[in-house]
Order: sequence, then C-alpha cells, then structure tokens
Amino acid sequence: MDKRFFLKRSLAIGGVFVLLVAVNAVSAGFVGFNPLKVLADIPGGIVWMAQNFMPSVAAFEKIDTILISLGKTVLLSVASSCIAAVFAYLCAVIGSREAGLGGPFPLIIRGIASVFRNIPVVAWAFILMFSFKQSEFTGFLALFLGTFGYLTRCFLESIDEVAGGSVEALRATGAGFAPIVTQAIIPMSITAVVSWTLYMIETNIRDATLIGILTGAGIGALFDVYYKSFRYDLAALVILCIVVAVIACEAISNYVRRQII
Amino acid sequence: MTPPVWAGTRSPVPVTEASTGAMGAPAGAASAETARQFKRYSRRGKLKTRVMTKSNAALTATLVAFGALTVYTMLTINYGKVALFDAFVQMLKNLMVMFFQPGLAGHFTAFDVFEGVLITVALSVLTTFIGAAIAFVLGLLASANLSNRVLANAIKAVMSVFRAVPTILWVLVFTVALGLGAGAAVVGLLFHSIAYLVKAYSECFEEVDAGVLDALRACGASWWHVVFKAVVPEKISQMLSWTFIRFEINFTNAIAIGAIAGAGGIGYQLFLAGSFYFSFREVGLIVYCCLAVAVVLEVIATKLRKRYILHS
Amino acid sequence: MEARNLLQIEKLGKDYSSKSKALTDVTLSLPRGQFVSVIGSSGAGKSTLLRCINRLIDPNAGSIVFDGKDVAGMGRRELRQVRRRISMIFQHYNLVYRSTSIENVLQGRLGYKSTIAGVLGLYSEEEKERAFTILDQLGLAEFAYTRTDQLSGGQKQRVGIARALLQDPLLILADEPIASLDPKASQMIMEHLRWAVDTLGITCLVNLHQVDYAIEFSDRILALKKGHLVFDGTPDELDARAISDIYGTPYVEERAVRGGLFENLEEEVLATVGAA
Repeated sequence: MDKRFFLKRSLAIGGVFVLLVAVNAVSAGFVGFNPLKVLADIPGGIVWMAQNFMPSVAAFEKIDTILISLGKTVLLSVASSCIAAVFAYLCAVIGSREAGLGGPFPLIIRGIASVFRNIPVVAWAFILMFSFKQSEFTGFLALFLGTFGYLTRCFLESIDEVAGGSVEALRATGAGFAPIVTQAIIPMSITAVVSWTLYMIETNIRDATLIGILTGAGIGALFDVYYKSFRYDLAALVILCIVVAVIACEAISNYVRRQII
Repeated sequence: MTPPVWAGTRSPVPVTEASTGAMGAPAGAASAETARQFKRYSRRGKLKTRVMTKSNAALTATLVAFGALTVYTMLTINYGKVALFDAFVQMLKNLMVMFFQPGLAGHFTAFDVFEGVLITVALSVLTTFIGAAIAFVLGLLASANLSNRVLANAIKAVMSVFRAVPTILWVLVFTVALGLGAGAAVVGLLFHSIAYLVKAYSECFEEVDAGVLDALRACGASWWHVVFKAVVPEKISQMLSWTFIRFEINFTNAIAIGAIAGAGGIGYQLFLAGSFYFSFREVGLIVYCCLAVAVVLEVIATKLRKRYILHS
Repeated sequence: MEARNLLQIEKLGKDYSSKSKALTDVTLSLPRGQFVSVIGSSGAGKSTLLRCINRLIDPNAGSIVFDGKDVAGMGRRELRQVRRRISMIFQHYNLVYRSTSIENVLQGRLGYKSTIAGVLGLYSEEEKERAFTILDQLGLAEFAYTRTDQLSGGQKQRVGIARALLQDPLLILADEPIASLDPKASQMIMEHLRWAVDTLGITCLVNLHQVDYAIEFSDRILALKKGHLVFDGTPDELDARAISDIYGTPYVEERAVRGGLFENLEEEVLATVGAA
C-alpha cells in the first residue's frame, strides 16, 4: 500500500510538472516569446546597458531636479497610504467578523474591498484622468483607491486575528461598540496597522512612479522625459535615486516596526 | 444600586508571591501606602493610570509624522487646472457609464478583448513560472541556514536593489536594450518577480527548524537531499501561496506595462480606450475583464490551498 | 429579592446547526454566594452554557432569569445593564495586551460609563482607587503599570479577576480559568475565586477540566454530557461512578485522593518539580 502511495505521488508530481511546462510553452508561443533568442540577446543587452545606461558626471547637474521630483513622489505615496489607511481602518472595524457591527456588514465591506483591490491602479489612473486630467492629485486619487482596497483587506484580517478575545471580554462587561473600538480594537491592532501602512508607502513609491508616467507628475514623468529624449544617463540616475529612496524607506520601516512593538 | 460589596474588605487568601508585602494590613491603608510606594500619584495628586512607555512614544511619534507629512502633502500638492467639485461629479457620471453600461464601441471586437486578456494572462504565467524556478534556486542560496553567510547576504542585497526598481522601469530599460517586443516585457517583469520571490522563499526556508536540518546532516544526507526531503516538503504550501500572490501581482503588472510600454495585451487596449478613443464603455468592459480574471485567480488559489492542505 | 435565586435557568436549549445540539433542556438555579463548578468532557456544552447566560451566545430555547430579570428576551440596552453585573473570566485571559494592568482592570467599569467617557477612557478618582486596591489585594501592586503582555499566565489571569471584580458583579462566569496555567498558579487563581465567593458574597460559576479542583473548591458541582445536565450535587456526592458516567471513562483513583488530601499539595508539587 505504501509503495502504491509513493508511486501515485511521484506520478502526480511528474504530471503537474509536465502540465506546467506545457502551459508555459503554449504561453510563450502565444505571446511570441522565444527564450533561446532572449538568452542569446541578453549578454549584448547588458553590455549595451553598461555602456549607455550609466549615470554620467554630466547627469549629476540635474540631481536637484531629480531629487525634488522624487521628494514629491515619496510625499504622494505617504499621503495616499495614510489617508487610505484611515478610510480602510474605518471600514475594517465596521466589517470585522470578530469585532464589528455584524449583520450584512462583513460581506458588504469584503465585497467593496475586493472590487477596489482587484481593479489595477493603471485602470484607476485612466478612469480618473477622464475627469481630473493630468495632475499630481489624479495620481494621488489613483493610489488612494488601490491602496484603500488592499489595506481594508489586510486590516480586516489583522483585526480578526488579534482583537477577538479582548472584544469578547469587553462586550461581556456591558461596554458599547464605540468604547470597545477605542479601548480594545485600536490598541490591539495599531501595530499591525502601522506596519501595513509602512509597507504600502514602500509599495506606493514604486507604483507612484508608474502612475507618474501617465499623470505627468513626479519622478515617473521625469524619467519618461529623459527616456524619450534618449538621455539614458539621466534616466539611469533617476533609477539610482529611486533605488536609494526605496531602500531607505525599507530601512526606516523596519526600524519603526521594531520600536513600536 | 447596591454598594460595592468588596469595599473595605480585607485582603484575600494569603498569596505566595513575594510582591505582596502589604497584604496583611487593612486594604485602605495598604493602598495609600503602596500608592506612594509605587509612585501612583501625578503631580496634581491624582492617580495615574497611563504611563508613557518607549513603544507608545515611538508609536505616537510615528503617527504624528504620518499626519504631518500627509497634511503638508495635501496642502502643497498640484491639483491641476480642473474645478475639483465638477470633476468629482463628472467622475461619478463616468463611473456610472463604465460600470452599468460596459460594452464595445466599435474600436475593438470581442475577440480582440478576449485575445488581449489571454496575452496578459500568458505573460503573467510565463513570468511567474520562470521567475519561481529561478527564485527557488536563488532562494536556497540566499537562506542563511542552507548556504554560506556571505553568499546569502550578497544575494539578498542584490535582490533588494532589484526589488527597489519599479517593474515598469525594468521593462522600459530592457525595451531599449533588447528591442520592443515580448522578450523585453518578459525579462523586465521577471526581474521584479525573481527579486520578490527570492525574498519570500528565503524567509520561508529560514523558518525551517535547525534541529531537523542538523538531524538529516548528521545522517550524512547530501545538500540536495536536505532540500528536497526536509525543506521543500515543509514549506511547499507557503511557497505556493507566495507564488500565487506573485501571479496576481504579475497580472496587474502585465496590464501596466501593456498600457505604458506598449507591450500588448489588455493593458494596451486599456491605454487605447482610455487615452485615445476616450470610450468609457470600453474602459468599463476592460475593467470588468480584469476583475473577472482576478476573481477566477482567487477562486483557483482558494481551491488549490484547500486541496493541498487536505492532501498533506 | 435577596431570598430569590440569583439565576434561574429553565429548559435552556442551543443548537448551532439543525444537526448538532450544544445544549438541551438545561434547568438549574443558583443562589447567591455559592461556588459552583461545571465539569464535563470538551464539547459537552460547558462554554456554551456560560456564554448563553450573558448572551454572548443567543440561546434558541428556554428562559434565563438573572436577578429577577429575563435575560433571554432582552433588548440591547437592557442587556448591557445586566451584563455589567455579570463578570466573565476567560481561559486565554482576553486582556488588551498593549495596555497596562491598571488600564485593563479599569475596563471592567466600561459598562457603567457614558459612551464618551468610555471612548476616551475617563475614570473617576474613586474608580481608579478601587482598581488599584483590587490589584494590590491580588498581589499585583508592583505590576500596575506593566504592559499585560509582559506578565506570566497566572498574573494575567489575576488581572482578569481584578477586571471582573471591579464590575461589582453579582455573578462571575469563569470559562476554564486555569486550563492554561501551571499547578501553582491554578491553585492561586482558584483560591482567589473562592475568596470572592466567601468574602464578597459573589456567586461563581466555573467551567473546569480538572475534577480534582472542582471537588476541592466547590460548594456544588454540575456536570454536562452532550448538552444535557447529568449531575447536580455536592462534591461528596460526586463519586467515582458518577465521574465515569460523566466522562465515559473510569476515573483514576489517585487524583480523587489528591483532592481530599490537600495538605500534601506542596510536597506533591515539589516532587513533580524535582522529577522534572
């Protein structure tokens, strides 16, 4: 019996493997991706990049323009993450299964969160640009909407994970909903909330770059300008600055997470 | 209301801990004395209930910083030249059209949209699976408990740099380096996928109990044996979970690069409908397609997870 | 009023789905100032019984009369007023771990507060004084400003008891209060509960896994089996046969002896520690 079990398992693993390879082969054929050609091209591409996609000394003359744009983008991601966090937290508290108002709320809130989370940020950007045109604020709104959906989902899980017991205890003392929120739910979930918000700030710096290319604002737009005018040295400097900003943000986040436990 | 029954009663049964020196005395006197002993009175002679701990101070500082940065940003942000209120009203109207009357408006056929979705899904399949395979090997090498420390840290450092670069920039860079086409899109998306999954996998691997690894090594098991008999079986469901999350991210990213780098797929059609034809109904249809794929992915993920957990 | 029973439960029933019944036709009454243990194997409905009394779980059938008021048919506002005279103690303490002991204890007063005072956590000097006094009485004087996640299990449970006592309860419901504690801490927690009954005249209804603790501390023992009340009597009446009926397995004799020979506890604990 044991032998048959292992044989069956080996066959299953082998089957899954073959299936995966087949799916990939079909996908590659469908989009016209030739792995061998790409493998052959990559060394040349890297050599070309090393020669052209390098920040030159001349590029550093533009460093203050780049830093100002980068600063705006970072601020945009902080603001959109924080404001989204506030709204997401309100929704999560109301919609939490363990701690919330109950009734139809958990289902409704989960549905809303799921819709917002699954509409790509790019789609939001296009939708918003119809009415808000190209501006930083449009980028803010797009980031806000995407972040809101994602954070609502995260906060719902965090609250359900940590707050159940203490909420039950306070409910048993006869406390009403509002005091339970401020006295139990918030203290129990605040570290998770800050932690997720920090994570979203980090993610949003990258997404803000993407949105910036569309909305013509911030570091993304600046990269786009340099890229389209073939100033690859400047474009490379922009990338370098983004890398530094994101890694710095990650380091700060980790430091803050350790301090607030 | 009955008065508190316990008021003024004596201490409970003898408590065995050393911390209860004042227990024998009448409660009232003991409490005033202990209150002073443990510095419970504020300067105004009231009983303190809140104390500022280091972590609470850090938390408050973080929240204040968040608030200040947000307010500053919202005050200085460029709101564009549109009247905001009118724009909001306009947006709501557009959203109504998009979500309640989605459909084709003559720029694409239903087949075009379907093909676009397939291309985008195919891109995310490719980048996820190739990425997962490469990330698996790099993830093993980047785990402190399976590899040597210098190599592990070096890989982690490189990966965090790769991760810091937005996906779209990778794709744009490879578009000039390799020429416009599926190759650049796949390679660009791959970079971020790999960097993300290496971090996720190596963190999984590092959670594996050191005792288990030592036990296997003590039996003379080879490195690959340790990996496939101890590490992978224990962490496979977590790895699958991360891979699926990455698949969802890759799908979103594939839409984004289609829209911005012109790499084709549903994203490119979104770009055309959004900034070229200004067709709300087509944007609505495309958004619904994205939602549908996302829902299908989530259902598959949940099913797989259940099935897998049942089997193991 | 005093003469009447504090709690009168008639034909209480609860089913979570149409198939499984958690409680069937449970009828019992509790006078004031009695220490009552509820025993039974896990899944017998002990926890459900306790949570039906303060309506953390809504029963499907029967009536619950607490202090002359019918709890089962009550509206939200009335229910809150009843809940503040019924305290609850939990197996996993259910404290707010980011807050200090004193803040947790004061939360026992939330049922008496207006919404605004409750939201802001504003308590009167008298309430604070009493909260500190209870903490001192329970031997937690030096831990008043300690975050509760830094306390040991026994200390956390004492904070839980302090929170329960600050409610001025007529009834304490304790759901497996010692199931996660070591023997020494368990003993202390049970002694504190016994003290609350003897000195403060509070009625305690305690779910217990450990029959020996039930025999040692209770005035009266109830047993549930598959949602039915199968035993209601004094510890003396709970003999080996009754216990094997309740649990469906023969009762190990030596544990019964241990309950009777409480003087030997210390030696026993020392022996156990020595052996480990």
